[in-house]
Amino acid sequence: MIQWFKLVARNAWRQRLRTWLTLAGLVVAILAFGVLQTIISAWYAGIDNAVPSRLVTRNAIAFTMPLPHSYDKSIRAIDGVRGVTYMNIFGGIYKENKNFFVQIAIDAGSHFDMYPEFVLSDETRRAFMSDRRGAIVGRKLANRFGFKPGDVIQLRGTIYPGDWEFVIEGIFDARDPKADTSQLFFHWDYLNETLRARSKAQADQVGFFVVDVADIDRVNEVSQTIDALFRNSTTNTLTETERAFQIGFMKQTESILVSIRIVSVVVIGIILAVMANTMAMTARERLGEYATLKALGFGPGYIARLILGESVMIALIGGTIAIALTPPVASRLVALTETPLPPLIVDTKIIALQLFASLAVGLLSTLVPMHRAANIRIVDGLRAVG
Amino acid sequence: MTSQRSPDAHSGDDVLIALRGVSKAYRRGKEVVPVLSDIGFDIRRGEFLALMGPSGSGKSTLLNLIAGIDNPDSGSIVVGGNDITRLPEASLADWRAANVGFIFQFYNLMPVLTALENVELPLTLTHLGRRERRDHALLALELVGLSDRIKHFPSELSGGQQQRVAIARAIVTDPTLLVADEPTGDLDRQSAEEVLTIMQRLNREMGTTIIMVTHDRRAAEHAKAIMHLEKGELAERVELRRE
Repeated sequence: MIQWFKLVARNAWRQRLRTWLTLAGLVVAILAFGVLQTIISAWYAGIDNAVPSRLVTRNAIAFTMPLPHSYDKSIRAIDGVRGVTYMNIFGGIYKENKNFFVQIAIDAGSHFDMYPEFVLSDETRRAFMSDRRGAIVGRKLANRFGFKPGDVIQLRGTIYPGDWEFVIEGIFDARDPKADTSQLFFHWDYLNETLRARSKAQADQVGFFVVDVADIDRVNEVSQTIDALFRNSTTNTLTETERAFQIGFMKQTESILVSIRIVSVVVIGIILAVMANTMAMTARERLGEYATLKALGFGPGYIARLILGESVMIALIGGTIAIALTPPVASRLVALTETPLPPLIVDTKIIALQLFASLAVGLLSTLVPMHRAANIRIVDGLRAVG
Repeated sequence: MTSQRSPDAHSGDDVLIALRGVSKAYRRGKEVVPVLSDIGFDIRRGEFLALMGPSGSGKSTLLNLIAGIDNPDSGSIVVGGNDITRLPEASLADWRAANVGFIFQFYNLMPVLTALENVELPLTLTHLGRRERRDHALLALELVGLSDRIKHFPSELSGGQQQRVAIARAIVTDPTLLVADEPTGDLDRQSAEEVLTIMQRLNREMGTTIIMVTHDRRAAEHAKAIMHLEKGELAERVELRRE
């Protein structure tokens, strides 16, 4: 065993340049795979963070169409409903189009009771509640643009035309590191009052309601009751779980995600081909040695394990380096691209995937060379020496 | 040096290897090229036999068949009572590990292992412990006069020294039979002489049976007998000395 390991380890570093280049390729591929998987995971963070007891009620035709604000009272009155909040996606532009981030008009009185995952100090909460034009920003967004309490910022409306001014009253954090803190919240009342003056047709409407159900076993029942309540109204509703709502929202970007997923798998496919080529060259060069070992009495299994061990060792070294590099590279990538993605967190599932991909590359790349070397006729292999 | 003709076969308990009706042909496309035709002879225990003949005469093929690294198309090869042509591949590998020591023209050492590790290598197939393996390997290297080179890698040794390491590796398991294919073919005259002297000593002092393929008449004269092959047939056997 020790002799086998010695042979494997020393063989792995025999052609140093080749090994370094293979390692470099592996690190880049496994790193790219990990970063892409992290991006996909971050994209789905909203789904993962969805609370089972929360329902989302939206316009039955499309979630981009509004609902009357007056539905609020009716929903609150339904048996089993513990709380209701509502919000509108604002869609404003901060200075330039590239500075995209999510802005949401919220009902400040009910929002934070419904979303305990967002954490803000009592002082910030008081300041926000007392200022009609006030806004609070997530930690990530504040870091991105250097926002601090007292700053006045202007957004150019797209859904709601005109220039809108907000005073930053504080910064909120997230209880769960996966929760998105790249958003800005401001008062729905401020939006509504301004719309009454500027664009009456858009006033007194909300994007969607979020309903907290007291008993998780009654989620379906409450959902059906809400939709039944508005069935004969001018605007019908569609109520679904927060998770189903998030999935529906994600479906719009599914093709992008599928593309990212395919690219991440293709990257692994490419490094598999490169590694297979390297191992095939290595095995071909050492046919004489394998034949000598067989002549000395070592079986085909020993030869196969030598090649497999070398390949897996290189793959695991490359995979380990890539895994170690994934979190800093993911963070740097977010900083460089100023992407509105939630935090890119490299969780254990992604690490396990990277490790699995490394192992798979190590194993699969040796199948052909291992089979050839292990089954070579001794006299044929010995002819390769000299 | 004495020289005499001898019969093709011997009888009695001193026969280590008995070949009967051994034939071998290679296929080159659709063409069948006969290499050995109906070879039959005995090799006594403790013999040092040189196989000579022109290129293509079949001497290396014959050596490979006796060493169990190639199979004849027909005939039997009985070594120490075992017909090795009937052994399945796995058993044949075990048999080689226990009974045959190999010396190759180009030494065939593992370049990533030191001299000591190379010599220890065949012992990893035995039940010997780590310390015992090391002691055996050190002894074998001492026998070939390389005790001071145990930590050197093959690339740090001369051709003659590498071949002596290969001899140490071949004898470390104390095999019944030592097969050498052109062991001096890649060496200068002095190194070749050193290697042949070691082989002669192993044969004389330890009774190791040696079969050596060579082109070199001077190398062959270190053996006790020379067997000539021509066109895959046994041409003549010349006894050089008997001890």
